[in-house]
Amino acid sequence: MIDEGLRSELQKQGIYTTTLQELYNWGRANSVWPLTFGLACCAIEMIAASMSRFDLARFGAEVFRPSPRQADLMIVAGTVTKKMAPLVVRLYNQMPEPKYVIAMGACAISGGPFKQGYNVLKGIDRYLPVDVSIPGCPPRPEALIHAIMTLQEKILNQKLTGPDRPRHLVEGAPSEFPVPAYGEHDLEPSSNPQLWQPPAIKR
Amino acid sequence: METPDQIKSRLETAVPGAKIEVLTNDCPAGERSLLVDPAHVLAVAKFLHDDPQLRLDYCSNVTGVDWPETEITEQIKVKQVVDGVEKEVEEVKKTVRPGFHEVVYHLYSMELKHGPVVLRQRTVNRDAEAPAVSLTPVWRGCEFQEREVFDLFGIWLEGHPDLRRILMWDGFKGFPMRKDYVTPDDFEYEPTPHDKVLAEARKHYPPEVKA
Repeated sequence: MIDEGLRSELQKQGIYTTTLQELYNWGRANSVWPLTFGLACCAIEMIAASMSRFDLARFGAEVFRPSPRQADLMIVAGTVTKKMAPLVVRLYNQMPEPKYVIAMGACAISGGPFKQGYNVLKGIDRYLPVDVSIPGCPPRPEALIHAIMTLQEKILNQKLTGPDRPRHLVEGAPSEFPVPAYGEHDLEPSSNPQLWQPPAIKR
Repeated sequence: METPDQIKSRLETAVPGAKIEVLTNDCPAGERSLLVDPAHVLAVAKFLHDDPQLRLDYCSNVTGVDWPETEITEQIKVKQVVDGVEKEVEEVKKTVRPGFHEVVYHLYSMELKHGPVVLRQRTVNRDAEAPAVSLTPVWRGCEFQEREVFDLFGIWLEGHPDLRRILMWDGFKGFPMRKDYVTPDDFEYEPTPHDKVLAEARKHYPPEVKA
């Protein structure tokens, strides 16, 4: 690794140095392409964020892809019903690595106001590894932009080697997650135990 | 627009044999509705749709109501002979009203710009053998809403072109909007301000360790 002081000194002379890791992360962080899909009212805020007033394009994330094969980011925007959950997981499985998930709004995080209902999934984190959660009902477009910036920061700070490297560089790490099946009253299994455990009670 | 009573009297001449009742409503709006027996409801619907004075060409809303079996208690005065003297004695009478389903239609006229006329039909009981009658042949727009009524209430609608579940998946068991539907017990630890949810979630807490 090059010394920070030397690097800044070289920059003043017009010589830029970087590492492969920085270049790779810089490229990834500034071209996060979300998948075009919305589930409920949060999607309206997501659409607003991508339009000219809020202009998500400033962050390199304006290219909403119509196919999961071309997308890097899944914005779970809205209520995930139990009927919809297997399809959301399948869409995630169809995305190529590296891929990220933003859970947008109260419903995607926990089921929100519908949590005790018979038909709503109590949070997409039961089946998918969520990178950033945005609270709100629905969150403002600024909140979504903040989430994208948080995700970019997360990508920029990833190390490509060592035990903390991102999942897609780990040999044998899962890229696909099991798609739940429709049961008689609930999805089976009702959560992926490798990803999610019920919160422990502290006394 | 005609009042429900006027519609009723015209219907009784137009559809002979139809048992029509005008139901009152205690709510502030006091909107009255027409209760029609399932055997004649299709003919009644056709009349409401085609009649030049009504022209109810738009069915805006279809919904179901589940009436479970209930015990009705009422106090009545009964004349009894006590010690040779006739007296009026109050008695509590209990009757069991069997459960049934109701399908409610809200009808409007786009052409004459009036409405709504509320149309109801009742099933005999809450089983599959006692179906209500689908009005999709009269109002095409009823199709999805009647499927929803079937999906959530389990009201079988005879004559529906495609009676399948619409909101829940095909393998789903039970009808979630029925009064006796038991939701799956999938509560877990959560801090919540809702007492009912908290009571349910408590059952799933690990047993308290006493020091």
